[in-house]
Amino acid sequence: MSTASASPFGTAWFGALASSSTAVPGLPGSLRVGMIALDGGETAVLLAVVPDADARFPRARSGEVGLEEGYALAEVVTGIVAADAGTDSRRPIVTVIDVPGQAYGYVEELVGIHQSLAASTNAFATARLAGHPIVSLMVGNAISGAFLATGLQANRLVALDHDGIAVQVMSKQSSGRITRRSIAELDAVAEKFPATAYDGASFAKLGALHDLVHVESPAAPTAADVALVTTSVSLAVASVRSGSSDLRSRLSSPEARTVRASSVLVRQRVAEAWDI
Amino acid sequence: MTRPVAQPFTEFRARDRVRALLDPGTFREILDPFARVESPHLALQGIVPQGDDGAVIGRGTIDGVSAVVVALDGAFQGGGIGEVSGAKLASSLEQAVNDNRNGTPTRAVILLETGGIRLQEANLGLLAISEIHSAIVELRSFGPVVGVVVGTVGCFGGMGIAAGLTSHLIMTRGGRLSLNGPEVIETEAGIEELDSSDRAGIWAMIGGAQRVAIGQAETLVDDDADAVAAAVRDVYRTAPATAVPARSTRIAAGRRLLAAVDPTGRPTPTDIRNLSTGGSL
Repeated sequence: MSTASASPFGTAWFGALASSSTAVPGLPGSLRVGMIALDGGETAVLLAVVPDADARFPRARSGEVGLEEGYALAEVVTGIVAADAGTDSRRPIVTVIDVPGQAYGYVEELVGIHQSLAASTNAFATARLAGHPIVSLMVGNAISGAFLATGLQANRLVALDHDGIAVQVMSKQSSGRITRRSIAELDAVAEKFPATAYDGASFAKLGALHDLVHVESPAAPTAADVALVTTSVSLAVASVRSGSSDLRSRLSSPEARTVRASSVLVRQRVAEAWDI
Repeated sequence: MTRPVAQPFTEFRARDRVRALLDPGTFREILDPFARVESPHLALQGIVPQGDDGAVIGRGTIDGVSAVVVALDGAFQGGGIGEVSGAKLASSLEQAVNDNRNGTPTRAVILLETGGIRLQEANLGLLAISEIHSAIVELRSFGPVVGVVVGTVGCFGGMGIAAGLTSHLIMTRGGRLSLNGPEVIETEAGIEELDSSDRAGIWAMIGGAQRVAIGQAETLVDDDADAVAAAVRDVYRTAPATAVPARSTRIAAGRRLLAAVDPTGRPTPTDIRNLSTGGSL
């Protein structure tokens, strides 16, 4: 098992931001569900997948998104959408992201972890399309399938700016092994090409980030840190309410127009050629 | 066009696979290799780009109805999703959403032959896959979104999640579907966890027959071009008027299966078939 010690950031920020937290019977202990008081008096649902040393599935004990976590997130998010469906309310959902990866194991693949992560991905996308403002607050690791299944269907991505941020599709060691490059070679590429870097500032260059927030104490947030982040998340929620429910804002930022120019070009060319 | 008789679908490259699923004579490619919209990121890393970036967009009809069939070319960088190939898929699905919203029903079929994110393009591939996921979910509200996994690469990574989001998944026995490929599990978790050289064991575990048996794919089809094309048409011909809840919404069934599995044991593929009661999950 890859034995990276559990990251402290997700647990710390969920605890610091939650105005209340409820243990939901029947859900795994790795899924935290609470509320966050936004600026202006509104409350939002607050979610996080955190390390749980007692998790049923051994390969999902260090904060990984495993079989249980995907389905449990799907259940909670789907429940929120169902509860608000007949009302005028569309509660915002804020997810604290510190996920070192998906759970890697035989049982996971045999049972079909792809389908579990599809369930949570589907639930977040459905909530967004139904009008719930979805904000992902990236406080630590945001890796690959785990990030896709917890954070990347959000209308807005907000990240903290500190040394513990890692946004990537694979660990540096594994990426080097598979693409047959040394760590030094990977670092050299990352300097020229931010998509292959791990840090928050490089991820911001891709244009998908709504805000990058510098905090003083990322592992043990101060009152000032909490206030700063709460304001950023509140502004993100407000901007969703005045925008669209799709993901197009990620491609309309000035950064994306440059770094993701090909993504924009392909869409133009496909639209032009769609009907003869 | 004429179609070879009983030709293995897996022997077709991506472009011919797309052509084979559209009504004869209707295939029209968007951003073909001569358009040369290719990855701007590979040359920097010593890799020769390909004119279509390993993705094919085919417009045409299926049973006379407007359609788009998109395919990844497993022979180019393992079908990995880069910025351009990912945008080709996402934008095709987004256009199909627009069509349906504007009153022109457009069918969408995705041929999944991919190891997931192309590592050289890293977070650009990750963002593209999240956009593909979003478009599949949105498009599903208008009608079936069909996925096809035949091999030889299989379907892994973030695109395994995409397969999980489709309305209807067609697989051959040789097709494989999971999140982390066997080599990745062996690397990350050790050979005692999974021996990626055990080919029969891998197919029994994540192959098409197993995925259909446990309700994670809907149709098992022979590796034959006409059979795959017929399976795609059948999805639309037999689609009920009211939408059936998609696989990715069957949360309670998924959680019931997890509750029944011994997480520290070593269940076999047959155990999981028995626990999942043959597709009703």
